[in-house]
Amino acid sequence: MTRMGRIGSNTGPGAAEYFQRDRTLHPPAYTPNYKTSVARSPRYALLSLQNSLSEVTGPTFGHSDLGPLDNDLILNYAHDGEPIGERIIVHGRVLDETGRGVPNTLVEFWQANAGGRYRHKKDTYLAPIDPNFGGCGRTLTDEDGYYYFRTVKPGAYPWRNWVNNWRPAHIHFSVFGAGFVQRLITQMYFEGDPLLPHCPIVKSIPDQDAIDQLIAPLDLNAAVPLDCLAYKFDIVLRGSRSTLFENRLEGN
Amino acid sequence: MPQPLNYLRETASQTAGPYVHIGLAPGAAGFDLFEKELGTDIAGPNAKGERITVEGTVIDGMGAPLKDVLIEVWQANAAGIYPHPADRRAGEVEEGFRGWGRVISNFETGLFSFETIKPGSVPGRPAAHPPRRSADEEAKDALGRGRQDQRPMAPHLNLWIVARGINIGLNTRMYFSDEEEANAKDPVLNLIEQVDRRPTLIAKRGERDGKVVYRFDIRLQGENETVFLDV
Repeated sequence: MTRMGRIGSNTGPGAAEYFQRDRTLHPPAYTPNYKTSVARSPRYALLSLQNSLSEVTGPTFGHSDLGPLDNDLILNYAHDGEPIGERIIVHGRVLDETGRGVPNTLVEFWQANAGGRYRHKKDTYLAPIDPNFGGCGRTLTDEDGYYYFRTVKPGAYPWRNWVNNWRPAHIHFSVFGAGFVQRLITQMYFEGDPLLPHCPIVKSIPDQDAIDQLIAPLDLNAAVPLDCLAYKFDIVLRGSRSTLFENRLEGN
Repeated sequence: MPQPLNYLRETASQTAGPYVHIGLAPGAAGFDLFEKELGTDIAGPNAKGERITVEGTVIDGMGAPLKDVLIEVWQANAAGIYPHPADRRAGEVEEGFRGWGRVISNFETGLFSFETIKPGSVPGRPAAHPPRRSADEEAKDALGRGRQDQRPMAPHLNLWIVARGINIGLNTRMYFSDEEEANAKDPVLNLIEQVDRRPTLIAKRGERDGKVVYRFDIRLQGENETVFLDV
């Protein structure tokens, strides 16, 4: 008899239910200091559901989905040279709340260039585009949940919220996990950035420990001497039940 | 102090921001970088079932369409099977059926649109215990409020919505207007206590140029606010 917390007779191995999301650590929908959230936040309560097959399953990805330079932002848009900026490695593990690595999961990332300018037709900030920097990449975690990529450190940039708001340097992350309800988009910040306590998007998170968990420390051990610095960023996805009482039907 | 539980804490969500397309749909951001952009083909060429188009807008609390929204779709195939190892029948899924797609709204109009196949019914949760029902429970069941969890789920798409101003991705489901009987028995729709809110999850079937088109508008806030899920 397996000890997986399975959800029904139609489910195969790995159909464990996910821990409920702790919505007190996540930003609530309505955070008026981040102005755009005012009209884009639901007013009614969410409907809570126990997991079914629709929640514990999710898309899977393989190496055939990726190109060879997808995790190297220094080279994946280089046309007549390499991008300008502070060369860094970002690395870490994707874990779940039980501390297990999440293997073979897709991690995607996007960012501004060293001057804080995005390569996006809607970004009109006066800092220039870097002709050799695109600003996006992706990779799969290995069997232990480990990932890494190379890039340049993004710059801060201004945005129209309050009159004088600047985003701290950050890299956007998108992570899948095994079930669709582990899906997460977040932002990684850099240790010691003085803009952090001033940012209404950072402060949309009510829990200071949860904010600290988004700040990547400098990791000199992973730096390449005379080449690039490194930052370490672990990402924790929802855990899943793996033991205890089961709701199994006969024949399961 | 009791012993600590020592679970890690989930990484907090942050908004995807206005430039989400750079990372997740770079073609739309204005440049080609990846050889293969992901999420553009949900069903693949071999999928059985009815080919459909789904389209709509995501509308904010002022009634304005979001022009920078990104939606991900996750669905079963026409036989109600998910291409994932947690589904015991995953091996029966047609080659190339991914079940997952990524859709962005038009920058000018806010309209989103994608093509897929209509999914089949997926089993719902089993009962927590073998049913031992009181007369009271039987009565509740007749009202659609009893042991919903034993019922198959009506065909549906699972949707996840992110955008500037949305701090944590919004989960919802899209059901189909021509599945009235299955919808009436669906365990999730029946959990929505306010009966008048159930139709916010049902897409309207229509036809255009000989193609089946389902219209699904998502209202983030205010009148006819879409039901969002904590899953």
